[in-house]
Amino acid sequence: MRTVEEIKAAIETAIPGAGAEIVPNPSPSGQHSLRLAPSHAVAVARFLRDELSFDFLSNASGVDWPDCLEAVYHLYSVALKEGPLTIRMRTANRTGQVELPSLTPIWRSAEFQEREIFDLFGIVFKGHPDLRRLLMWPEFKDHPMRRDYVEPDDFEYEPTAHDAVLARAAAHRAAKEAGR
Amino acid sequence: MTVTGFVRERKPEGWNRPPIIEPDGEGELLEVAMGPHHPSTHGVFRMDVALDGERVVRLKPVFGYLHRNHEKLAEGMNYLGSMPFTDRLDYICSLTNNWAYALAVEKLTGQEVPERAEYLRVILGELTRVQNHASSIGFLIQEMGASGTPLMYAFREREKILDLFESLTGSRMMCNYMRFGGCRVDASAAWLDAARKVVAGLPGFVDEFERLLSTNEIVMARTQGVGILRPELAVNAGVTGPMLRASGVNYDIRKVDGYGIYNRFNFRVPLGDHGDVYDRFMIRMLEMRESIRILTQALKDIPPGPVMDPKAKLRGFRPKPGEAYGRIEAPKGELGFYLISDGGPNPYRYRVRPPSLINLTILEDMCLGQNVADVVLIFGSVDIVLGEVDR
Repeated sequence: MRTVEEIKAAIETAIPGAGAEIVPNPSPSGQHSLRLAPSHAVAVARFLRDELSFDFLSNASGVDWPDCLEAVYHLYSVALKEGPLTIRMRTANRTGQVELPSLTPIWRSAEFQEREIFDLFGIVFKGHPDLRRLLMWPEFKDHPMRRDYVEPDDFEYEPTAHDAVLARAAAHRAAKEAGR
Repeated sequence: MTVTGFVRERKPEGWNRPPIIEPDGEGELLEVAMGPHHPSTHGVFRMDVALDGERVVRLKPVFGYLHRNHEKLAEGMNYLGSMPFTDRLDYICSLTNNWAYALAVEKLTGQEVPERAEYLRVILGELTRVQNHASSIGFLIQEMGASGTPLMYAFREREKILDLFESLTGSRMMCNYMRFGGCRVDASAAWLDAARKVVAGLPGFVDEFERLLSTNEIVMARTQGVGILRPELAVNAGVTGPMLRASGVNYDIRKVDGYGIYNRFNFRVPLGDHGDVYDRFMIRMLEMRESIRILTQALKDIPPGPVMDPKAKLRGFRPKPGEAYGRIEAPKGELGFYLISDGGPNPYRYRVRPPSLINLTILEDMCLGQNVADVVLIFGSVDIVLGEVDR
């Protein structure tokens, strides 16, 4: 099992200025990760797949941090039977600049997962062949996995209404009255 | 060690395929929405298919009919609170879902699992695998048009296994049994005896099932050479589980990671050599046999002792800030949980890596150029559960 330091050194020799930095993980799992600069991410990803034989992208997930959005990928090597290597990329902020390069051209398994991240977090993956919403319907506006997402006021009758539901129903009726 | 060359009878390539008539470029494409209520979709799933005559020229899966944002729900409750919800992901195999989640949290907190609990996890996980593979083969044959009999054979065995689950966990399908640092309750000696009895009957069932199906003329005609998946594409597209091994890639997480105590057991990894629907069907058949081998060993060796780490705290614990990705070989493929803790009682980020969804990435590649009737079989051979696809 190669360590993150070795992989970082290999990347820096092959791609000068790649700007990979190690993000330590203090938890007992000890899965340290590599943060890539979005500008070089596709080249680094291709190097990881072709030269370091990380041929299997297992998991891609989005994370909503207070000041940015992040895409996290877990790579494994089927050929060498090792892993995981965690790589991550950050957007510039949460509102305007939410673009990241897509890794789908390198690993096909990111196709649906990046669509899901786009759908639920709102990260726009440049270079994705088919970037549409995956789970929500196409007309849906917001990104539900963001932490500041506000649920729509779509109160429905609930047979065993209890306190929170009753309060929500009252608010719903008041809003409807005010609208009328 | 792996098993290959298992096919007892394979006819010459293309024997069951009519000659392909190349489209002449005239006429229109027919667009068909297969689903969301098509009986072969195992739930609510849609495939937008474009057909040229009988041939598929485009296929786009449409997801989300069963979406309830499981990940968001889990971020709003403590770690233990999501355990019952993991049952509802792949509701055929709730115990392996529990296991994967417990494994990820144990990686995050560094908890140890007592030996007896590890054995119980292996026993329950392999029983889950047997009943999942049996019923998925039953469904596949059902979709081929053999209404009833093979599925009922599979469900007869599944019923015995579900009875075991019920008597141990209190529930047949929504088991909610594993905990961080062990299992919820201990198995009695009577339960272990009952399990031994069920396991002793399983090889006879697999023999019968294989005799019934694997050399059946119709099964072979419908499945051989259909929906071929190349190993390079399978690895690149993140396909895992029996589908990946049917394409001939030797990758079983039980062997690779050796999580739990799997490296103590003697079992083989069956591999396919054609990567078609028939291989996927046969791989499941052979994996049931290997699971029975593991079960026999585990039920023989299970030691006495506690099933919970006495220091383990279930409610209100706060893992140190950090993250962990834990994965297991679930019956459908690699099931992983990715957790980020910010030091609070709830996970900051909770992500499920669903094998069913990711195995569908190459559905279009497998279906292109095939007949529309084969789409049902190819889709059935992926073996998905919509509760996990849509989360």
